[in-house]
Amino acid sequence: MNGPDVVWYLCVAAFLFCTGALGVLIRRSPLIVLLSLEIMLNGSNLALIAFARHHGREDGQIFALAVMAVAASEVVVGLGLIVAMARRRLDLDVDKLRTLRG
Amino acid sequence: MILAAASAGNVLVWIVWVLAAFACLGSGIAVISFSNPFYSALSLIGNLASLAVLYLLLSAEFVAAAQVLVYAGAVMVMFLFVIAYLGGRADAPWAGGPSWQALGAVAASAALLVEIIVVIALKTSGRLSHSAKVDYFYGRPYEIGRLFLTDHLLAFEITSIVLLIAAVGGVILGSHSRETQ
Repeated sequence: MNGPDVVWYLCVAAFLFCTGALGVLIRRSPLIVLLSLEIMLNGSNLALIAFARHHGREDGQIFALAVMAVAASEVVVGLGLIVAMARRRLDLDVDKLRTLRG
Repeated sequence: MILAAASAGNVLVWIVWVLAAFACLGSGIAVISFSNPFYSALSLIGNLASLAVLYLLLSAEFVAAAQVLVYAGAVMVMFLFVIAYLGGRADAPWAGGPSWQALGAVAASAALLVEIIVVIALKTSGRLSHSAKVDYFYGRPYEIGRLFLTDHLLAFEITSIVLLIAAVGGVILGSHSRETQ
């Protein structure tokens, strides 16, 4: 395999995952929380594809494509929720949404 | 001569890898530190593009193309539409100085990163240095499609149902909020 070993890809994936986790924890805007979730999913995708390359089989890539589809549907529902919140004049702040009452 | 050509190609791959990896990490940090969500979404597009370069280096050409088309194309356009609809509300992550909550979050994710790196170093010491040899046809769309329709048919069908349910859920969420207005 030309270039760096799989371990280096795994380190990048770990760093991406932790960056996304930090964004989910410190940001209050639900839009940025969704973007950080995308970063976490992409970190796991990178690890899956790196292991698929390591074993020389494509099953990891299949799993990564399934993760992409799940991420797309998660974005649809999440953005729908955010737009619904904005239409009800709720604050777009995940710290202030303490109750599930409408 | 052949050895020199191989090592020159290797150095080139290393250079591309370092550029793509640092672009990926830098834009990831930019996503969570911009106060304007519009800039965060634009940095996420850069993050996805540099990840596609890393996928290409791992000879996953189809996934790289799907990443650019689906993520950087469709999903991010949807994000940018919603951000434009809501207006760019600034949300400074470090406003009012570092709070205990933010410091705890930084400590937690740093601890998570250290744990993952230590586990990778301990469990895989040397075992991941010899990847399997793959031929020219590895990761081509033919193989992906064949696996999707044979070995992973159930996952493929469940994915389609999940996408359908998400689309229906998006429509229902939108119509409910319109009625209550």
